[in-house]
Amino acid sequence: MLEGLLIGLTTALSIQNLLMVVAGCLIGTFIGMLPGLGPMSIIAIMIPVAISMGDPSAALILLAGVYYGAIFGGSTSSILLNAPGVAGTVASSFDGYPMARQGKAGKALTIAAIASFAGGTIGALLLIVFAPALSSVALLFHSAEYFALMVVGLSAIAAFAGTGQVAKAMIMTILGLIMATVGEGALFNLPRFTMGIMDLQSGFGFITLAMAMFALPEALFLVLKPKNLQGGDDEIKDLRITGPEAKAIAPVIGRQSLQGFFIGVLPGAGATIASFLGYAVERNIAPKEEQQEFGKGSIKGLAAPETANNAACTGSFVPLLTLGIPGSGTTAILLGALIALNVTPGPRLMIDDPQIFWAVIMSMFIGNLVLLILNLPLIPYIAKILAVPRNYLIPFILFFTLMGAYIGQNNATELLLLVAFGICATALKFADYPLAPLLIGFILGGMMEDNFARSMQLYDGVAFIWERPMTLALLVIAAILVVLPSYRARRKKAREAGVAEGD
Amino acid sequence: MALDRWIALVLLGICLAYGYAAWFTMDGNLAPFMRRTPIWPSTFPKVLSVLGIVAASCVLLGFEKATPKEADIDYRRLWEYHLGQALLLLGLMVAYALCLRPLGFLVSTAAFLILGSFILGERKWHIMIPVSLIAAGSVWYLVQEVLGIYMRPLPGFVGG
Repeated sequence: MLEGLLIGLTTALSIQNLLMVVAGCLIGTFIGMLPGLGPMSIIAIMIPVAISMGDPSAALILLAGVYYGAIFGGSTSSILLNAPGVAGTVASSFDGYPMARQGKAGKALTIAAIASFAGGTIGALLLIVFAPALSSVALLFHSAEYFALMVVGLSAIAAFAGTGQVAKAMIMTILGLIMATVGEGALFNLPRFTMGIMDLQSGFGFITLAMAMFALPEALFLVLKPKNLQGGDDEIKDLRITGPEAKAIAPVIGRQSLQGFFIGVLPGAGATIASFLGYAVERNIAPKEEQQEFGKGSIKGLAAPETANNAACTGSFVPLLTLGIPGSGTTAILLGALIALNVTPGPRLMIDDPQIFWAVIMSMFIGNLVLLILNLPLIPYIAKILAVPRNYLIPFILFFTLMGAYIGQNNATELLLLVAFGICATALKFADYPLAPLLIGFILGGMMEDNFARSMQLYDGVAFIWERPMTLALLVIAAILVVLPSYRARRKKAREAGVAEGD
Repeated sequence: MALDRWIALVLLGICLAYGYAAWFTMDGNLAPFMRRTPIWPSTFPKVLSVLGIVAASCVLLGFEKATPKEADIDYRRLWEYHLGQALLLLGLMVAYALCLRPLGFLVSTAAFLILGSFILGERKWHIMIPVSLIAAGSVWYLVQEVLGIYMRPLPGFVGG
């Protein structure tokens, strides 16, 4: 492992990759600050650039930097404007915005920066410990287990979608899987579901779909309902925190780094759930008099979600790097980018491409450090970007989505597909259908079918399901994950209606 | 019927059409040697179509009551938002897609950026025009020279 760390360090410390970290963090911070643009949109927009660089380590380092930067930038707009750019930083505005209103914006931003740094760094340390262990277990997996594991991952994503949403998340996942079957698969060498259209032979473009699912609807929402970006005029000063304050938030940071990391590892949970849960837990275990403070500008209430969301971002890399299975929309987009760069993440990644694996982990440390030392002094200036008029911003966002789709395929039809899918995605967003499961399903679809087909061939039919106990166990878990939330919701409803429960 | 159930109906239609294609049309022209393998190109789609029909029906029939939460944008009152601007921008994107090849990258992009901010209500031409031209030029330079992807810069009739 020490050898791996050294390989990673030398790769990550090359001039090019250092530049990538810095550039990624800065770009992510800038765009993540804009309310309404989440990390998925930003990464989707950056992917064509990353892919055309050709070097997988550099590309992944850039995109990971963008991811952290976006989360960090999102907390800045949460604190200063009460307008979170990212769902994962909504909880940061509960106490961060009241602090800013009390004239303590500088202090709030410092706490956010330190908490993010600590969460990200401790998360990366845990990643170093857990990823190799999980990889070595994952090496024992066969196609059948992989298939089952993907089923579990996809079901978990649907199950975590929230009450009343499980069926919607399921249908979106299945739609993604269905879209993945369009085109000529490597497995059969036969065009499927192309309806005779030549442009569909190679299937739907992954970047086009990512742009259409995230960047375009978010931009359209910004057009439809302009967000009020006023209120950032106050001078941001007094960035220091005092000794007692540091002592108060230290245990919070410690607890939330661990909790956030493990929530991030779970598929479908991610930074948003981690930050809300972190906030709730810290409020519940705080002493009575401090509980009153929560929601009115408590430093603990700010440190908790900030630590948890960064630790969760790092945690979400565990399933991606060790199993090759993304647990969130963002890591799904990263997986798509890696596949486009001819790297297949999974347990073999550590053995076949150790420099990529370790360089990404080392660049997490560097990225967090860059965010801390670069952004802290620059925050007052970076916050000025919030004043960029939307009349200029929105055409540029739309242009970058178009460019991303065009560069990926070099085909103008792709742009029409982008607009069409974008309109569909906006309608789905209106009706409260979650969009991330669709993209995750789309990206996993090909791998899932490959593993399914391989196990079918090995066992000459579906016998692999019951002949391999681990596969069976995983599939049972998947079934429970899907059925349980709706069952519990129904029982709760029945109880509320005063209907007796049948045994 | 609420929008989410209308969408479920559309998705159900898609799954049914997909299922029809998978169950009844795909296996006809399968090569004989492939018929003996346990997995056919249609196997996985068949499974998906069944699952999709079940999930879409669940939403359509309202088995799972969502707790109504306050949406960011209420689609029932869509015309109260800046719908015109959004539709014009979408139209502009389609126009851009159609003009990119014949008009060349530089002209289409600069026009797209200028018209985009015009639609959003910007009228400061002395800022809009230089910003768009510089942006179009620098993106073209980056894509063409740094990333090495060819994009025709000028309209076809100029010979670009």
